Amino acid sequence: MKMEIKSGPGTATAMLSGEIDHHNAKELRSQLDKFIISVQPALLIMDFKNITFMDSSGIGLIMGRSKLIKECGGNLEVKNTQPYIRRVLRLSGIERIVKIT
Amino acid sequence: MEVKNEIKFIMPSLSVNEAAARAVVSSFLIQADPTVEELSDIRTAVSEAVTNAIVHGYRNSNGNVELTVKLLENREIYIRIKDRGCGISDVEKAMEPLFTTAPEEERSGLGFSVMESFMDKLKVKSNVGKGTTVVMRKRLSSHED
Repeated sequence: MKMEIKSGPGTATAMLSGEIDHHNAKELRSQLDKFIISVQPALLIMDFKNITFMDSSGIGLIMGRSKLIKECGGNLEVKNTQPYIRRVLRLSGIERIVKIT
Repeated sequence: MEVKNEIKFIMPSLSVNEAAARAVVSSFLIQADPTVEELSDIRTAVSEAVTNAIVHGYRNSNGNVELTVKLLENREIYIRIKDRGCGISDVEKAMEPLFTTAPEEERSGLGFSVMESFMDKLKVKSNVGKGTTVVMRKRLSSHED
């Protein structure tokens, strides 16, 4: 599991790669929370282009970060989700809260 | 039903073994030539069940998680995930979507919903203080489909 965050004016993109499960989500959560609290971007995009697996741990990861960034006055978007990952996300109804493409 | 092949994998309740369980299932099922989507579904369901065993079953203890995968006749896959952890007092309640006893770990409470959606059959047996056994079945499409 790897993550690289590119930060521009107002917008930051977190490029995630690898597998999101309960084990990996802990580290991702910690890194993303540190970034959100210190930078407070207006928009954070989680780019799932290189995510090869995700179970329901990913739902908790997205929901938690969405809540935190909203508390900091920003917004979260998730992009480049593969159809299979969208099936997992759809079960949660998270698409009503976070923009997912 | 005739068992064509089977494998048993016993792992300590370490979260790093969630990926190991998925890898074992994927490797074993190659012989059945599932579609990419079928394999994704099975890997996800196994990941959910193994995570439940580690996060909930062995929340206050350590122990082994036992994964059994059987390839049955008519391309049916049987998967059993068994722990000897704390057990679930109300299985019906635990299976309700969004029910979780670990919100602090950002567990979404959708593990059983994923297993039910991605597999054909799901059975959960649990005894408080003795552990939980999850059995899932999925029939793979035939190559002529």
